[in-house]
Amino acid sequence: MTEACTSEIIEQHGLSPEEYDRIVQFLGREPNLVELGLFSVMWSEHCSYKSSRFFLKNLPTRGKRVLQGPGENAGIIDIGEGLAVVFKIESHNHPSFIEPYQGAATGVGGILRDIFTMGARPIANLNSLHFGAVDHPRTPYLLERVVAGIGDYGNCIGVPTVGGEVHFDPCYNGNILVNAFCLGLVEHDKIFRAKAQGIGNPVIYVGSKTGRDGIHGATMASDAFEVGSKERRPQVQVGDPFTEKLLLEACLELMQEGKIVAIQDMGAAGLTSSSSEMASRGGVGIELDLSQVPRRETGMTPYEVLLSESQERMLLVAEKGREKEVSQVLQKWGLDVAVVGKVIERPVLRVCEGEEVVGEVPVVALTDEAPAYQRQRKAPAPRGKDIPISEIPTPKDLGRSLTQLIGSPVLASKHWVFEQYDHTVQTNTVVGPGADAAVLRLKGTKKGIALTVDSNRSYSYLDPYLGAMHIVAEGVRNLGCVGAEPIGITNCLNFGNPQRPEVMWEFEQSVLGMGEACRALGIPVVSGNVSFYNETSGKGIDPTPVIATVGLIEDLQAVPSSSFQKEGDRVAIFGRATQGFGGSEYLRLLHRQKVGKIPPMDLEEQKQLLQFCREVVRSGFAHSVHDVSKGGIAVALAECCFSNGIGVQIDRVETDLRPDLWLFGESPDIVIVSYKAGEERSLLSLAKNSKINVLASGTLGGDRYSMESWIDLPLSQLVEVWGKGFEEIF
Amino acid sequence: MTKAKIYVMLKEGVLDPQGGVIQRSLASLSFKGVAKVRQGKVFEILLETHDRREAERQVQEMCRQLLVNPVIERYDFVIEGTP
Repeated sequence: MTEACTSEIIEQHGLSPEEYDRIVQFLGREPNLVELGLFSVMWSEHCSYKSSRFFLKNLPTRGKRVLQGPGENAGIIDIGEGLAVVFKIESHNHPSFIEPYQGAATGVGGILRDIFTMGARPIANLNSLHFGAVDHPRTPYLLERVVAGIGDYGNCIGVPTVGGEVHFDPCYNGNILVNAFCLGLVEHDKIFRAKAQGIGNPVIYVGSKTGRDGIHGATMASDAFEVGSKERRPQVQVGDPFTEKLLLEACLELMQEGKIVAIQDMGAAGLTSSSSEMASRGGVGIELDLSQVPRRETGMTPYEVLLSESQERMLLVAEKGREKEVSQVLQKWGLDVAVVGKVIERPVLRVCEGEEVVGEVPVVALTDEAPAYQRQRKAPAPRGKDIPISEIPTPKDLGRSLTQLIGSPVLASKHWVFEQYDHTVQTNTVVGPGADAAVLRLKGTKKGIALTVDSNRSYSYLDPYLGAMHIVAEGVRNLGCVGAEPIGITNCLNFGNPQRPEVMWEFEQSVLGMGEACRALGIPVVSGNVSFYNETSGKGIDPTPVIATVGLIEDLQAVPSSSFQKEGDRVAIFGRATQGFGGSEYLRLLHRQKVGKIPPMDLEEQKQLLQFCREVVRSGFAHSVHDVSKGGIAVALAECCFSNGIGVQIDRVETDLRPDLWLFGESPDIVIVSYKAGEERSLLSLAKNSKINVLASGTLGGDRYSMESWIDLPLSQLVEVWGKGFEEIF
Repeated sequence: MTKAKIYVMLKEGVLDPQGGVIQRSLASLSFKGVAKVRQGKVFEILLETHDRREAERQVQEMCRQLLVNPVIERYDFVIEGTP
């Protein structure tokens, strides 16, 4: 071994002895410290997907609308009229736990860059947040700072945050989840890919100067926390949305005018990953001269410059001879710019400091040939064991149960969160946060885009396979309620330590379940992110796959609300009420149990329900459509009442289920539709065509929430509890 | 009463976008030769105690719990005695 690479140093770089041997094989010699650093970040879980690659093959990634599947900065889906949407979701869990404000903010910044590097203008953000127990001392602080970080970054750069979800569970006490989604819009002929080409073309550095921020961030994101890592205090990345705005405009301008060949964000593993990945896609090499990299600190070593994760930086390949034009555009936007290298024929990443070569590594060794493991899987003891209904006590006062549920932070109004987000900037937002799906208009067309992000930690814990199917179905149902056709999915897979066979089993099951549901419903997965090692002191999070689903609306005029619109309207509840209520919020909150068998998922029935929703929307009968999810029928019905303060009387319920099961069970195929009195027959014939049953019906109006003989409450009481529930965390 | 003055600065190497804006503004106002600007903050806190050591203890604790974000900031303070 060389002086540089003792076994201790190798271990500090997160590389196993076998991986080190592989490096030596690739190079035909021992690496020096700079090269070891390159391998360490590129072979980290975060960059190489070494534990997940093998399993991700199970996801369908093709479809007739797919213009770009996984493997690029983001996925692209055709939406007709020469337009396409570009989207991706990504985690920023570890940085957000250490420094919640900056961690969350730079998470948003990172995902925005992934979108605009493809030539698209970002038009909407979503986020999925999971925090620890509501009564954990750190939860209020983390929640407040994460939301502030997301809001400030999005608001400053002028991209609306149009929706999201917030969950609480003790399993996230030591590992919160912050997943950020962004969607951009691009014309087909303006799509840009990150493929380095043209021997001799200059490699140009743009954006903020390089500091020692987040060195080994990618390796950190691939490591479990130990208690005390709050004290570890690595160089945290600080976001600068104003610089990012300049970067966005400058990049789009450069692409517009065809002055550049390729571009990639310097995200995790900074200069190293952006250069080697662009070279790898183009089958060429890149030579970098680090002495040309703009720096904001003195005395930085080549190792530090290569591995820095300073934010708001891009690496691009320009046409030879047009360097000056490129710099002019960038300087106009006030950005630092420097030629830092060139494309070379030999497929290596060659790193120089002035004249001196400080490292040289074959590009494929860093990218395609990175290790991939089929790690051991082992099923844990079954968690989804059924519990007989008789063992669950029947509540005496069902109204009280509803009040408790609707006032719990998970189900209460999230207005505290989304009032901090600008959700109308750019003036495309038709439906903002708090509905089933957010809806955006596409100016100049009749079309709209619908967006939703979903997860279900209880279901995924109890049965990861079935749970993942439910999440896909939930997303698709949310889109159905606004009459959108689902066109693509992006996923963020948050799991514990993949070296534990139980975690790997959860991962495999989740991916398989997701794959089955996506195939059955015909939706491709076009981008995503895997976040492993969400673990503190040996205790991992429950499996938490998060799915963002994007839908296309052909005619925006027809989009119904999710809330009741008019007194005197009729309401009908359609679908199937199933027996099982394992994993429901009702069981978790009122009976303190995360047990039970989760409801089965019949994908054919889901398709019928979607078909029905779409026809109801198209027909124009419906004044509102809302699907039933967490909290069951009773909660969903209350949600319909809140926006416009319209009461409801459900007078006909057809069921032989126990009332609490019917009210709070989370059957996956129920929708609530309100419509003009007199349209009943037309609506029922649509239902009949799609083989959908009517479960209950009633009338809108008044100021009470009344459900059969089971619940009768003043609506104002429910509104109050629902409105305040979330803020009681603080 | 005892007066404490607490100086909080971003740690060396942490990006300071605000400082950067000030630096550029100075340049645009024709102040030549400004090599770097870092912006921090100062707190003045009046404490009821007369005991210097107790004041130090309290200030340390305030910094740890609220005034300073130890992940990205460093701090220093002086106890100035009775004003």
